Amino acid sequence: MLQVDIQKNIGSFSLCSRFEADGGIMGILGESGCGKSMTLRCIAGIERPDRGRILLDGEPLFDSERGIDLPPQKRRVGYLFQSYALFPNMTVRQNILCGLKNEKAKAKRNEIYGQTLTQLELNGLEDRRPEQLSGGQAQRAALARILVSRPRLLMLDEPFSALDSHLRVQLQMRMLELLRELGGPVLLVTHSRDEAYHLCGRIGVMGNGVFLTCKETKELFANPENRQAAVLTGCKNITGARKTGEFELEAPGWGVRLKTALPVRDDACAVGIRAHYFHPRSSGNRFPVRFTGQMEEPFESILSFHYEGQAAGTPDLWWRVPKGKISSPLPAELGVAPANVFPLYQ
Amino acid sequence: MDWYPLWNSLRIAAVSCVLVFFFGVFAAYYIARLPRAVKGILDVLLTLPMVLPPTVCGYFLLLLFGVKRPLGVFLSQFGIRFVMTWYGGILAAAIVAFPLMYRTARGAFESFDETLACAGKTLGLSNFYIFWRVRMPNCRQGILAGTVLAFARALGEYGATSMLIGYTPGKTATISTTVYQLWRTDDNAGAMRWVLVNLAISTVVLLAVNLLEQKNKKVVRR
Repeated sequence: MLQVDIQKNIGSFSLCSRFEADGGIMGILGESGCGKSMTLRCIAGIERPDRGRILLDGEPLFDSERGIDLPPQKRRVGYLFQSYALFPNMTVRQNILCGLKNEKAKAKRNEIYGQTLTQLELNGLEDRRPEQLSGGQAQRAALARILVSRPRLLMLDEPFSALDSHLRVQLQMRMLELLRELGGPVLLVTHSRDEAYHLCGRIGVMGNGVFLTCKETKELFANPENRQAAVLTGCKNITGARKTGEFELEAPGWGVRLKTALPVRDDACAVGIRAHYFHPRSSGNRFPVRFTGQMEEPFESILSFHYEGQAAGTPDLWWRVPKGKISSPLPAELGVAPANVFPLYQ
Repeated sequence: MDWYPLWNSLRIAAVSCVLVFFFGVFAAYYIARLPRAVKGILDVLLTLPMVLPPTVCGYFLLLLFGVKRPLGVFLSQFGIRFVMTWYGGILAAAIVAFPLMYRTARGAFESFDETLACAGKTLGLSNFYIFWRVRMPNCRQGILAGTVLAFARALGEYGATSMLIGYTPGKTATISTTVYQLWRTDDNAGAMRWVLVNLAISTVVLLAVNLLEQKNKKVVRR
């Protein structure tokens, strides 16, 4: 159980992280520069927050009021850096043994080393240097080095960003298996919604140094609630809106009133619709549209359009549709089910 | 031929090189962490001996350690006298060679990837271990270059040395002061002998460094 409530000012940027994480994998989703990595660095003890508290399993790692600030060496928090940070002057074996420096008994040390080596499929690579490893191998070696030190919390900072895209999904799959085996609490920082969705049970969304929301993954994608969270989870069509009924929003930019399945709160400020959710034959929220452009992807088409009554200057909307599902000529009207209309808040 | 100047030069260069190595590396490491203003001032102070004429450095050393100066008087109570002694040469050579070590080590540390140190800390490695087993090996090239430069500079030191310890055959004579002394007394052949000795040492040192570098680079790349 990790409880974080910290503040830190760095020049004009101010970080305000506040969240809790139980066992399982928790994601922190945010654009680069939003303070995700800084949060991890504060938890690891590499950076010092200005004030606040960090508790791990009830033990304070940092507490500005009580004057507690454990050095990183004493926190037992594993940190997988984006670059993996393997020591270039050491072999894989020497790197991994660095994580075992505090294990005094030699037999125990060898046992843990051997186990972890097998678990992460590093047998045969022990005498290689980091520069002789592929991206995936380096990631596993770095992970092995952390795991042998038996951390109470594992933090992964953009673990797949240094890898070729065709390897990514495959490695994510293996990582997921491994992390499930380990069971302990894991924090995963990423800017990729796919990565977050694949790996994380819960996701916290960060924007500009602040934790915006924290939800179960499926729940977050089904109802992002926060405007920035909607953007980060890949919602392409967002515009300002206000409440006009208990289940209705008016979007002046689009010139339409949209029915929702979720009750709309008074402070609704925007509406979001995912590009996948439009359908020509959907009965709800169906309005006449004009298509303005089309772009092809390998298996999908992206069409841009605007509503008949759309205000000038409002950006076009996007519709994503599998190839072969587009009628010719293009439909005159598009609808979207009320369940797929997100009321968004500040 | 009296080999004393060779022996004296080598021991002065070796001892001052060791001193400069440690002081230079630690100064480079700690000063990089200081607030900018303090860093700027210290940086200027520590680099000055490199740009000042060595005789000026020697003059300052005499001002500090002269037998009638407070520091000199204080040290003489413990039987330490830097003026006109062979080990005074260590002081002179170290002061002049220090900026070379300090500057190159600082450059090396600045290009060091700090995430490696951070990773070491989160793995529970002590700061001492991280410094000697991670930071230093990964800055090896710069540190080694600095050490060699410092050794070469210490070996060739003339200005500050001649100011502080002068030239006494068999006592404070070094190769460089001997060359000057022999040339001044019209012993051109003698001066030439020592010039050749100096050339030989410098060549050997540089060759050794090159060999060391190549050995280190023998890592198989795929």
